[in-house]
Amino acid sequence: MSQVPAHLRYTKEHEWIRLEADGTATIGITDHAQAALGDVTFVDLPKVGKSFAAGEVFGTVESVKAASDLYSPVSAEIVEANTGLNDTPDLVNREPYGGAWMIRVKLKNPAEAAQLLDAAAYSATL
Amino acid sequence: MSETLARTPLYDLHAELGGRLVPFAGWEMPVQYTGIIEEHMAVRKTAGLFDVSHMGEARIRGRDAAAFLDRIMTNELSTLKPGAARYTLMCQPDGGCVDDLIIYRFSETEFLICLNASNAQKDIAWMRTLIGTAKVEVIDECVAWAQLAIQGPLAEQVLALTTSLPLASIRRFGFLVGEVAGASGCVVSRTGYTGSAGFEIYLPAASATQVARALLAAGKPLGLIPAGLGARDSLRLEAGYPLYGHEISERISPIQAGLGWTVKFTKAQFIGREALRRQAEGGPPSSVVMFSLDDRRIARQGAIVFAGDTAVGEVLSGTLSPVLNKPIGTALVAAGFTGSSELTVDIRGTRLPLHISVEPFVK
Repeated sequence: MSQVPAHLRYTKEHEWIRLEADGTATIGITDHAQAALGDVTFVDLPKVGKSFAAGEVFGTVESVKAASDLYSPVSAEIVEANTGLNDTPDLVNREPYGGAWMIRVKLKNPAEAAQLLDAAAYSATL
Repeated sequence: MSETLARTPLYDLHAELGGRLVPFAGWEMPVQYTGIIEEHMAVRKTAGLFDVSHMGEARIRGRDAAAFLDRIMTNELSTLKPGAARYTLMCQPDGGCVDDLIIYRFSETEFLICLNASNAQKDIAWMRTLIGTAKVEVIDECVAWAQLAIQGPLAEQVLALTTSLPLASIRRFGFLVGEVAGASGCVVSRTGYTGSAGFEIYLPAASATQVARALLAAGKPLGLIPAGLGARDSLRLEAGYPLYGHEISERISPIQAGLGWTVKFTKAQFIGREALRRQAEGGPPSSVVMFSLDDRRIARQGAIVFAGDTAVGEVLSGTLSPVLNKPIGTALVAAGFTGSSELTVDIRGTRLPLHISVEPFVK
C-alpha cells in the first residue's frame, strides 16, 4: 500500500503540500502517484518568480509510460525549484516525500490550504 | 457498456508476482512487475520472461496451404522448410497492412501463424474470406495456446535447465517441438521481439503456469525476472521492430515501414502486389524513420514533426531507451524530409531537434 504521511495536505490530483513555519510551502507528488507513473524520466519545473493560481498546471512529470501535468494545490509564487531532479528524476520514485520535493512556494492566499485534503481524506480517494 | 477483458492462463501468477495489470488489446496484461527500466535491462544483460499469451494463433492446413499463404502474404512461404519460421506482412489490395505475422511450417501441408492480439479475429475472418476454392482450412487456435517469451543473453542457459531439446541446434527462426518443464507439445523457436537473444515458446494453455514457474525458478539464480509489456515495448523500439497500429497499419504499408525485404515481387501474384510495387518503384509518399532526442522529454505518439515551420510528419511510437538513456522513437515523415538534419518535434509547445537514425539503436 502506498504511504500517506499524516502531517501533509493533499490534492485529488496526487500532489502533497507541506506548510512550513516561515509561511512558505513545499510541494511534491505522492507515493501513490509515483507508483502509478512508474519509472520517472523527466521533471519539468517552473522558474523562480513565476506565479500560479490554485489548480493551475505548474509543470510536468514524465515516466517511461506517460507524461502527467502537475497542478498547484494553492495560489503561489515559486521561490525555489528542485533542480536536482534534472539529473536524478528517478528520485521521485525513491523519495517522493523527501529528496524529490518539486517546488517551494510563497502562498498568496493561505486560507486555500485549509481546503486541501488531509491524510485520511486523501487515503479515502485511493 | 464496460468491456470484458480476457485473461491469459497466467493471470493468477501475474497477481502473485506483483504484476501491474492494465487493459491491452482487449486483455488484462502485466505492464510491469518491478519497473520497466529494470526489466528492460534484465533482458539486455541476463534474461526476462514475458507472458505473451494474448497473441493469437491460427493453423493453416490442407493440400493448398503453401500456395494459399503465398497468395495472401507478402513474403514467400512455399519455400519455407518444415522446422523453420518466417516473418511476413499480410496486406490489403491497396498495400495497407492487415497484420504482421510469423509463420511456422510443420509439414508440407501444415503451418501455424502467430497473430497480433488486437488483430487475431480480424485476421482469421480475413483469411477465411480468401479461401475460395483452395483446399485449405483456417483453424482458430487462439484459446488452445499460451505463449511465453524468454529473452536475453542467458535465456538459452535457463531454458536448457527445463528441457532436453537440443537448443543449440535451433537456428534463428528455426524451431523444435517437444517437452519443456514436463509439458509436452511445446513449440520452441529461436525468435523474439526484443533485439536480444532468446526463444519464444508456444505451449498448451493448460501447461502455461507449470512451465512459467519452472522457468522462473530455474532462472532466478541467473538473474531472470518476469518482464511486462512496458519493457517489451521499449525493447522492440530500441531494436527497431515495428508494432502494428504504430509503424505499420492499414494506412502504413510495408514499403513505407522499411519492410520491403518482406515483400517478394518475384511472386507473380499476391494481395497488394500492384500497389506495393508502385510505392517501391515511385517512392512512397511518406516513410517511417527512427529517431533519438538529446533531451529527457519523450516524443510520444501523435507529436508533430516539423521542418522549419511546416508540419512534415508525426511520431508513431516514443519511449526512453534505457540502454542509451535518452528518448527514442519512430515517426512517419513525408517524402523528401526523411533524410533531413533540420527536423524538430513539438513536445507540449517545445520544439526539440530530432536526430534520425538509420540503424536500430541496439543490434
